[in-house]
Amino acid sequence: MESPEKQYNKALGKGIKIFTKSSSLVPIVAIILGLITGALVMLAGGYNPLVAYGALFGKLIESPYDIGETIRAITPLIFTGLSVAFAFRTGLFNIGAEGQFVMGMLGATLIGVKLDLPWFIHAPLAMVGGAVLGGIWAGIVGYLKAKRGVNEVISSIMMNWIGLYFANYVIGTWLSEKGQQKSNEVHESASWSIGWLSEMMDHARMHGGTIVALICVFLFYILLWKTKQGYELRAVGLNPDAAHYAGMNVGRTVVKSMFIAGAFAGLGGAFEVLGVFGYQTISSASPGYGFDGIAVSLLGGNTPVGILLAAILFGGLTYGSGGMSFEADVPTEVVRIVIGAIIFFIASHGIVRMVMKPFSFRRNKPTDGSKEASRT
Amino acid sequence: MNVIEILGQLMNTTLVFSTALIFVALGGLLSERSGVVNIGLEGLMTAGAFAAAVGADYAARSGMGGLTAAWVGIVTAMIFATVFALLHALATITFKANQVVVGTVINFLALGFSLYLVKNLYDGAGETNSVEMFSKYAIPGLSDIPLIGEGLFTAYPTTYLCIVMIAIVWFVLFKTPFGLRLRAVGEHPGSADTVGISVTKYRYIGVLLSGVLAGLGGATITLTTTGTFSHNTISGQGFIALAAVIFGKWHPLGAAGAAIFFGFAISLRNFAQLFEFSQQIPEEFFYMLPYLLTLIVLAAAVGRSRAPGALGEPYDPSKR
Repeated sequence: MESPEKQYNKALGKGIKIFTKSSSLVPIVAIILGLITGALVMLAGGYNPLVAYGALFGKLIESPYDIGETIRAITPLIFTGLSVAFAFRTGLFNIGAEGQFVMGMLGATLIGVKLDLPWFIHAPLAMVGGAVLGGIWAGIVGYLKAKRGVNEVISSIMMNWIGLYFANYVIGTWLSEKGQQKSNEVHESASWSIGWLSEMMDHARMHGGTIVALICVFLFYILLWKTKQGYELRAVGLNPDAAHYAGMNVGRTVVKSMFIAGAFAGLGGAFEVLGVFGYQTISSASPGYGFDGIAVSLLGGNTPVGILLAAILFGGLTYGSGGMSFEADVPTEVVRIVIGAIIFFIASHGIVRMVMKPFSFRRNKPTDGSKEASRT
Repeated sequence: MNVIEILGQLMNTTLVFSTALIFVALGGLLSERSGVVNIGLEGLMTAGAFAAAVGADYAARSGMGGLTAAWVGIVTAMIFATVFALLHALATITFKANQVVVGTVINFLALGFSLYLVKNLYDGAGETNSVEMFSKYAIPGLSDIPLIGEGLFTAYPTTYLCIVMIAIVWFVLFKTPFGLRLRAVGEHPGSADTVGISVTKYRYIGVLLSGVLAGLGGATITLTTTGTFSHNTISGQGFIALAAVIFGKWHPLGAAGAAIFFGFAISLRNFAQLFEFSQQIPEEFFYMLPYLLTLIVLAAAVGRSRAPGALGEPYDPSKR
């Protein structure tokens, strides 16, 4: 008899497959429906959605500073989006990018504050430190899944909280002055800020992490589609049993995939410290980039280009929400609702197909996606 | 403070924290027994905690007494959380969406909506007004027993309700035709359908009941522990409750037992400052404890339990 954990995992994993496939029309309709949902919510709350959306999108290009800061807001979402998507490709739901992000911040802060090295070693080392710590954090989840059959959804949520308190502890004990709620500043030599570019963008916080993010998008593609390892990762994601019979080590692949996914998230965290803030704060809640990463990965259909576009959309929405609350007095949470609604419609693509039906010439078979899912 | 008193208090706080977890775990159990994975428990709880604060606040403002207002809060919470559960059911049952993803979306939406409404109703504040909470009720006679008198028989009304609820869920699930059908639908929907049980109907009921109970659980936290709702009123308890369902082998008594165990872990941090030795341990580790224990418990052998057969699978009659 299969162990109960295995059965449960199988149950949870069912249907993840549909998200590795995407038709481009569904996401676009989902985005439109999501924005409409947001508008309805604003109308119900007594706000003017047109003014609000105007303020939101206006904010993005208001000044060079805002353009720069929008790019700044998009960057971590690319990393966490890649993280969630990479795990998805191996059939794993990495809901723990949040904790891996925090651990990435911690790794970068540790190396940035504690070591004193020439910049050409210090900056890359701090970056790698974040990636490794994020990778280990996710690797634990992968290990527990492979060896003990613990479902990765629950274990990575637990790791999120453990990571948050662990980071708070390390910062509070070793990295800060007494009574401070944030760590000491990382050394100048570890910084990834690009001074001249920030100068040009009215002191927006520009940093090299954005370029690394773009490289990672490319790397994501190469790793998954152009290497033997990537083939194995995807094979396990598509059908673990078949992969097992073909002689692949499913357990090791799971750990490997989680490690790489965690490293992506960790990089995102590292650049928040090394490029944006220069320090890490002690906080009661994690920053939320990991959860947004789930949204990015789902909207992007787990494809490299899709992730990039989705990160741009959600990063833009998030940054623009500041302008919306400032000019139209609408709570920024509307953007959470819009993002949530978009993913809701992507997941329930049956609803989207129903909405699209009157507009399409060819009749779509309404159940093909879901049939696919339930057969696996 | 002597040992008996400390133990009594530890028992008492354990019960306070467990109450909410048990409600939510029972809800999750009903949903999962009908074959629908419910990762959205956290969000349903958040919705409940929020609606309880608002319901109780508005009831108090309209002139109701503290206790009545609190019960109004409870009812509001159950209704509001059920709305989100309905959304979950619609997507996963009718539209056969991926249950894990929809659950995540519910968490996202419930928190977003709750915070949006808080700002909308309280002029941009990040927190609701404080509401009058339940007070503990001592059962006459029994509460005079040393240790367990303070530990078990001086509790919030919600705790007593919770004990009744465990019995109800157990009875309904295992002793009524309704419960049998609910389990059948989760175990083998094809067969259930063949004998004329509507899979869709019972799954809807299962998921909606998880909304009712998770809302009740969220309300319990607002009305016995925090007194207000803000962004971190619910921080992982929904997921801990889900772990309790698995750890408790999808059985009401098992889930309740597991929830009490996790409630104990949460309550430990309140006692960290009382002892010489525990003061040496950094506070953060006590915050970590419930999550760490959940992880360890899941990793250590869970025993021979079995998940409902059709858990996570949308039902498609054409493949019966």
